[in-house]
Amino acid sequence: MNKRLLALLSVLVLASMVLAACGTPAPVATEAPVVTEAPVATEAPVSMGTIKIATQSPLSGGQSLLGVAIKQGAELALEQLGGDLAAMGYDVQLAPYDDQATPDVGVANAKNIVADSEILCGVGHLNSGVMIPSSEEYHTAGLAFISPANTNPVVTTRGYLEVNRIVGRDDVQAPAAEEYAFSTLGAKSVFIIHDKTAYGQGVAEFFRVAAEEDGITVVDFVGTEETANFDAIIAPLVASTPDVVFFAGIYNQAGVFFKQAREAGFEGTFLGTDGMDSSDLADLAGDALTTGGGMAYTTVAGPASAYPSAAQFVEDYTAKYGAAPEAYASQGYDAMGVCLASIKAAAEAAGGTPTRAQVAEAIRAISYEGLTSTIAFDDIGDLPFAKYFIIKVNATSKDTWGTNEIIASFDLPSPGK
Amino acid sequence: MKQFTSNPFYKFIIFPIGQILVFALGASLVLSLFTVLLAYIFRSAMTEFDLVERVLLILPQVVINGLTIGFVYSTIALGYTMVYGVLEFINFSHSEIFMVGGIVGVELMAYFDHTGALQTMNQYVIIALAILLGMVISGSLAVTVERVAYKPLRGAPRLVPLISAIGMSFFLQDAVRLILSLTTGEFNVILPNFGTFDEFLILAVPGIATPLRFQIKSILLVGVTVLMLVGLNYLVNGTKIGKAIRAVAQDRPSASLMGINVNMIISITFLIGGALGGAAGVLFALKATKLDPFVGFFPGLKAFTAAVLGGIGNLTGALLGGLILGLLESFSASYLSTFTNGAFGAEYKDIFAFAVLILVLILRPSGLLGQTVGQKA
Repeated sequence: MNKRLLALLSVLVLASMVLAACGTPAPVATEAPVVTEAPVATEAPVSMGTIKIATQSPLSGGQSLLGVAIKQGAELALEQLGGDLAAMGYDVQLAPYDDQATPDVGVANAKNIVADSEILCGVGHLNSGVMIPSSEEYHTAGLAFISPANTNPVVTTRGYLEVNRIVGRDDVQAPAAEEYAFSTLGAKSVFIIHDKTAYGQGVAEFFRVAAEEDGITVVDFVGTEETANFDAIIAPLVASTPDVVFFAGIYNQAGVFFKQAREAGFEGTFLGTDGMDSSDLADLAGDALTTGGGMAYTTVAGPASAYPSAAQFVEDYTAKYGAAPEAYASQGYDAMGVCLASIKAAAEAAGGTPTRAQVAEAIRAISYEGLTSTIAFDDIGDLPFAKYFIIKVNATSKDTWGTNEIIASFDLPSPGK
Repeated sequence: MKQFTSNPFYKFIIFPIGQILVFALGASLVLSLFTVLLAYIFRSAMTEFDLVERVLLILPQVVINGLTIGFVYSTIALGYTMVYGVLEFINFSHSEIFMVGGIVGVELMAYFDHTGALQTMNQYVIIALAILLGMVISGSLAVTVERVAYKPLRGAPRLVPLISAIGMSFFLQDAVRLILSLTTGEFNVILPNFGTFDEFLILAVPGIATPLRFQIKSILLVGVTVLMLVGLNYLVNGTKIGKAIRAVAQDRPSASLMGINVNMIISITFLIGGALGGAAGVLFALKATKLDPFVGFFPGLKAFTAAVLGGIGNLTGALLGGLILGLLESFSASYLSTFTNGAFGAEYKDIFAFAVLILVLILRPSGLLGQTVGQKA
């Protein structure tokens, strides 16, 4: 009995020591500037401690190509743009997390991220379905995140101060895809298929509403988690001969579906949104993308070559990682750029290591000249005007992905809350 | 008559093929008739289009799709049901054995693609090699899994090896994921393009507007599985090993007293079940064109369901259950939306298929053909 009491006591003592240790960084942060303010301006920087910036994106699994692009873009930005903070005496580090494109993993990582008090800002995610639950954690902890890729409106319409994005939205993107199907392709009927995720189903619904308004017949509206054998969906699809098949989902599922649908005799056009934007799609689907009516997709992240100021970035990225940047690499770069600039602004305003709340406020106040556009956020964290592209696929293998053409691009206003 | 039925040619070739044909055609016919009947009943309720015409238009294709996937389920289900027969527990890692077979087969073809042999060799030789390799690897993996994870638990309560099997399943998934992603971080394996498997045989049938289209790989898939099923039937019913397997399944202690090496027979059962799973994996890969380490889960679950539907422990039941489940799935995925006018799409196919399963099990708790295997303690 006594022994047990002793053990309990020692655990309590240990716990209080740990808690005390956790508590100390805060006072250090506020007192430090008094000591170091003068030397910073003139002499070599005095160490001000560590600041970490997290990235969360799928680094393994079927969607890792895009997730790794986000991380590498952010890494390159930290290397090239981290100089200002280093000059102020901060050791700025990247803390990459792998969300495996899975909500559960994303939320678990988010809990780890918010528990690390050195993390002041984050870049992520790739998938809206992962971003939405994870950002509840960021919101509770007051940690600002900048999304390089999430397009589901709900990401920002919750109105959280901590959630920002530097790309467009599905409620603009999907109608743009529909407009292309209706006006350019002259489609009379469409078969809509989605992947049952927040992203896919959201896009599919927006597309359906727009199609019905224009009088396009929606032959069927189907959700599926199938990744290998689509026979059962394809049989009625081929029989109903729609002009367009709209796939709202991610390339790793769509590529297999496109291939099987083409084999089964579908001759129309495949249409998709930004989830299709990966060179892996061409490897999976092969010439299904160019035969028949071909394939086109809308995206919020054009290829890096679409942005005039990104030429140097493409060169640096290719030199560092040995491959041309995939979609979202330049968005990852910009998101990291916004993080760094905001932390710097907040640090200057606070006269020392800023708090998470100060960084979040600084992000909303910033006007940042990025690769993809001039980034400034409205009151819910969206860009007031975002870029949208329509891209026609000419590639039949990974190596020729660069031959895809941009058919159109527009700047469209954010619909707001 | 007796002389005729005991003729080995009849017993091991004609009878099993006939049985498969009867099952496949019978199940297809019953479901087709039921669907057409439903279409006639609800014809007047649909004003926008002729329901019967719409149903008949894709009916042959739906049947073919259902049979194709049904044969895959049957082949995997045999692995579950054989192990259940001898050990009376559900080997949940069997879905991963299936996945490993598929991935090994695709990797072999990718290797041939790399060396350039893929375009020069006969396509059927390549497939045969891939299936053989898949069978060997999956079979030996299944035996290893049994030795490592189940044999030490032989005397334990039945739930214990079940949990061990689930653990093994997760272990294999992530082990394969680790191995595949060692070099690139990418664990999708994509089937290289070769041969004429994607093409169709087109068969115009008088009286039907749209000609029947058989994809070569579907024919190949069905042909190879039928061949394996016939082989398995011979092995189990026509050889000494088969007799020993049946003896162990009926009464393990007595079989042991009769001089049968029970451990050896259990290993052989896992070898056969694993090899069948591996072959099914390669054939499935041919159809799916892309695999990842988690691809085994759903086919595995469906095949297990098929084994239960047919009566677990009964080999013929697994065949019938697989075919019925495949057809049910294909019919519900293709027709749900048509019948409900878009209110329920193909995403509800599993609810429908499993509702039928529940109904069957309420009426026949031991499965469709389950009565032949008595419940053992």
